[in-house]
Amino acid sequence: MKILVTAKRVTDPYSKIVLKPDRSGIQTDNVEFKMNPFCEIAVEEALRLVDAAGGGEIVVVAVGDEEATKEVRTALAMGADRGYLVETDESKLDSDIVARLLVALVTKENPDLVLLGKQAIDGDNNQVAQLAAEYLGWPQATCAYRVELTDGGKGARVQREVDGGVETVQVSLPAIVTTDLRLNEPRYASLPGIMKAKKKPLETLSPADLGVDTALKVETVGFEPPPTRAAGVKVKTVDELLEKLATEAKAI
Amino acid sequence: MADILVLAEQQLGKLAKASLHAIGAAKILAEKTGGTFEVAVAGQGVGGVAAQLAGFGAAAVIALEHEALSQYTAQAYAQAFGDYAKASGARFVVTAATAIGKDCAPRIAARLGAGMAADIISIEGSAGALVYRRPMWAGNVIAHVKVNTPTVVVSVRPTDFPAADASGAASPVQTQAASVDAGSLRMQYVGLEKVESSRPSLTDASVVVSGGRGLKEPGNFAMVEKLADTLGGAVGASRAVVDSGWVPNDWQVGQTGKVVAPKLYIAVGISGAIQHLAGMKGSRTIVAINKDADAPIFQVADYGLVADLFGVVPELTGKLAARQG
Repeated sequence: MKILVTAKRVTDPYSKIVLKPDRSGIQTDNVEFKMNPFCEIAVEEALRLVDAAGGGEIVVVAVGDEEATKEVRTALAMGADRGYLVETDESKLDSDIVARLLVALVTKENPDLVLLGKQAIDGDNNQVAQLAAEYLGWPQATCAYRVELTDGGKGARVQREVDGGVETVQVSLPAIVTTDLRLNEPRYASLPGIMKAKKKPLETLSPADLGVDTALKVETVGFEPPPTRAAGVKVKTVDELLEKLATEAKAI
Repeated sequence: MADILVLAEQQLGKLAKASLHAIGAAKILAEKTGGTFEVAVAGQGVGGVAAQLAGFGAAAVIALEHEALSQYTAQAYAQAFGDYAKASGARFVVTAATAIGKDCAPRIAARLGAGMAADIISIEGSAGALVYRRPMWAGNVIAHVKVNTPTVVVSVRPTDFPAADASGAASPVQTQAASVDAGSLRMQYVGLEKVESSRPSLTDASVVVSGGRGLKEPGNFAMVEKLADTLGGAVGASRAVVDSGWVPNDWQVGQTGKVVAPKLYIAVGISGAIQHLAGMKGSRTIVAINKDADAPIFQVADYGLVADLFGVVPELTGKLAARQG
């Protein structure tokens, strides 16, 4: 079983994100960066599936600036075997470019399965996996809640989080799967894992190396802060709350 | 041939309410571009849904029929809608940002060579210079994006676009065989484990009561459910309690869950993490019940009750029930 898995570098989900005063982007001075939490779940699932399949190889990829090497190393420390950094200017990417970079790597590596987070918690686009699946003509299962290999590793049964419940789909491999929150609890990299990761192969490529055109289909032309909501009043008792809801808010 | 194609969703012959908001967005787009819109629905035997869709001012309603579309799969939907959009010459494809919309819209974009703006909350500018506003970073930033391709796919956040009103005139309904290459499909729908509920769905409900970690243990969630039921509302949850497995995933309100905008939102024992606020800030009236007076949820709440929820939630439920007497 060979799995290609993504490790996107994003702002720490617990950081407070605010715009720069000139609104040209977000303030990053006091913001930590780390692996997208949904990608961590994807790396963990890759490790478990390779175990379940009785062995295999996990190739991790990050697309971004040179700093994103750290996220590739983190995935290697968790247990992935080797990695790629596709080095680009992060501000000049859209989902479609990332999808086509991934497709180029899939063509090069021929994995049985590609695992990604369902969305990155910075851009919140939720597009890359689906775009890549269509370009490859592969089946997809997004928002996975449970993944089980079937047919001696030729298929997968995936339970997916959907509106109103959990849907089950059967896909034949190769396929693309994206991870949702409840799929697993990602492990922490162990100290020996971190030491070993330093020696694992990590190749840096450019979009040109992969033959991918980087003209933007979708371009961010500006930012604004979200509308603020003023804090209301504190009430002291349930009766006061009911009174306000009935007469002031007319909500009950 | 209309310029705008709306993808309408149906399951088991029932039209998804979110699709009416997608039609609402298409109407806004049609006004800005001076174009017209069509609505397409895919499935097997979807004539009834198509007829339902005929009353919203579309230039035409298209029923795309194929046995491979009897249940939703991303591959078959992308082929059916993508190829119809291509054949019809549509310049815009509009879907609601629902589980199905999010799953298949990018595939349709790939098929059309189109750029896609996901989860948009408004359409600005005018024909030729359209700008889409969409939340990023869990709604902490609103980005303005433009799409540089001749064909554009957008998924719209249903809570931010009006549901289309029924119009007087009936649109012509055309049924046609969908373009699906059954041999190329490598995925099958197996089944749906429905979370059975007599409650309204989270995104449609006019009242939502959500619970968080402050409830201390899963058994106490019943308190939240009872309050919701008293108000005829839906039940939501913070990511923390979904993560802990207390409640189903599709109860999650927030950036990575559902975005809701009910008339009344009651947050019980929820501290108000950024990612949760992103999913409910648009609610008309927000009530927060939490014993921690400094909890961030109070910064967005219209009415905050700093109190032990184990005392006040049953009291609130009892008094509401008594009022309804």
